Amino acid sequence: MVDSLTYTPQITLEFEIGEKDFFVAGECASRVKKTLQQIGLKQDVIKRIAIIIYEAAMNVAIHATSGKVTVHVDPDGITITTQDIGAGIEDIDLAMKEGYSTATYEIREMGFGAGMGLSNIKQCSDNFYLESKVRVGTKLEAKVFFKDQKKAGEDT
Amino acid sequence: MNTYFHSVTLDTEKCKGCTNCIKRCPVEAIRVRDGKAVIVEERCIDCGECIRECPNHAKVAVTDTLEKLSEYYYNIALPAPSFFGQFKEQVNIEDVLAAFAGIGFDEVFEVALAAEIVGHAVHEYLAQYKGKRPVFSSACPAVLRLMQIKYPELLEQVAPFLTPMEVAARLAKEDAARRIGVPIEEIGAFFISPCPAKVTEMRNPMTTKDSAVNGVIGVNLIYKDIIKHLGDRNLSGATENLQRATRLGMAWGYITGESHNIAAATTLAVSGIHNVISLLEEIERGELKDVDFVELQACTGGCVGGPLNIQNLFVGRIRLRDLIKRFGGRERYFTEEELSGICRDNRFVATEPIEPRAIMTLDEDVSRALMKMERLDQITNELPGLDCGACGSPNCRALAEDIIRGIAYESDCVIKLREKVKILAEEILDLARIIPPSMSDGSKKNEPGNDQR
Repeated sequence: MVDSLTYTPQITLEFEIGEKDFFVAGECASRVKKTLQQIGLKQDVIKRIAIIIYEAAMNVAIHATSGKVTVHVDPDGITITTQDIGAGIEDIDLAMKEGYSTATYEIREMGFGAGMGLSNIKQCSDNFYLESKVRVGTKLEAKVFFKDQKKAGEDT
Repeated sequence: MNTYFHSVTLDTEKCKGCTNCIKRCPVEAIRVRDGKAVIVEERCIDCGECIRECPNHAKVAVTDTLEKLSEYYYNIALPAPSFFGQFKEQVNIEDVLAAFAGIGFDEVFEVALAAEIVGHAVHEYLAQYKGKRPVFSSACPAVLRLMQIKYPELLEQVAPFLTPMEVAARLAKEDAARRIGVPIEEIGAFFISPCPAKVTEMRNPMTTKDSAVNGVIGVNLIYKDIIKHLGDRNLSGATENLQRATRLGMAWGYITGESHNIAAATTLAVSGIHNVISLLEEIERGELKDVDFVELQACTGGCVGGPLNIQNLFVGRIRLRDLIKRFGGRERYFTEEELSGICRDNRFVATEPIEPRAIMTLDEDVSRALMKMERLDQITNELPGLDCGACGSPNCRALAEDIIRGIAYESDCVIKLREKVKILAEEILDLARIIPPSMSDGSKKNEPGNDQR
């Protein structure tokens, strides 16, 4: 921990994602992964985070007209937020179900939109929050804590 | 672990201090300092990209030489499968194999034959494999070293078998010891190598404690001598057949050959270190789980593209293919039962796990590393983002990293330096414009009365 100083080191990475911008998702994941490796996080944690970022960014690229991925890292953990403008999600519970997808045929043809993204993200995160308004947009927030035991509520 | 040996080194005489190699290195392991390239030893994976890239041929691979043969009573040459693609069309395999006697070897053992054994072992392994897919080939040491540094969590998916080079050395030495009655220690096995990574692999093997290979000699060092002796077989009228490998093993010399040999349901073959990196990025994100086996080769085109080879990789590939067409169709030396027997004994299974090497980390402590990362981002933003390499680091981000690690300064950046000079110049100009009151025409401004108010 940082000693007597009240200063907490933190970094924020932001990525803009346009409609059908599938390549950016992979790039986001790689960039963050490289950063986290340099910070010295354990491999399994990095892997979980990379999956969250990739899937979340992919969701924006597939379903929204534009959006942003924000990755915030501090000594306790990492918060991944995506905020987009787009179709929104009608039924969140249904959307969370494995295999449920509203992706178009073309997108599925490309090998994306298999309906596993959201459930995958939830599985990989310690904290998961999803909020959406139809025809307005969606906000997703996923947290991963660096200390294994630390779960929701224990921080702060 | 002992100090990390490298085959790729710099010929300082020839190095002009240009920035071609630093920009091409896939692991950012080269810096230019004091007008010369410097290889960061712990990062280098011996892929040989810089050897190919250097316009001044200042990057060299240090391999063993034929002189080392004198240390052993009996010497066996282990030519890599790609070696046979280095000759003219009319050459046949027997001529090449027989030529090794002319340069001092007592015997020759094709690595291609050992490759067939590894191929069979991996085939059987995949048939019962239940773990994470895809499984990776363990044949290219440069790729494995890349994975140690950049893709550590994929290491568990590497097929746990020795390289064909290693298997060849063990088989050849055991066999020779039995036949001629000489202790194994007195037999030398020398791999004839297209690449520097195999030299490093022999000195610091990843999948076994001690390598049975006694030396690795670059193809470039013996090529001319082999050419001289290509006709020896005809002169002596030897009728003995030395070739034992078939097309299955011979094709390991180029990309896709290994995959064909392994014959899994779904395979993927990728060559060229930069292509390998993009594929591994994808696999790391969880893609390609439906693929059984991935063959990865650091050199474009596979081993025929090795930096120590003589022929252009496309020429080498077509020559090797031609040889395989003419001589690859023979019956297999080992029967199916013999191969299965060898695999059942687990003789060529890797005995050491491939360990990750976390050399990219900024600090051992996460908080401190984060602090450094914060500073790193800050410095990167202040740098011009030209990625020109004039500072001696491959790009602006790498320079920022070097500054954080304390091995470079911000003023190493020529653009930054220029900005500073500009500020300084303006300041000098400003100062030059200031005229002391004693010299200035200050009659209006500096009237004594004004001053004393």
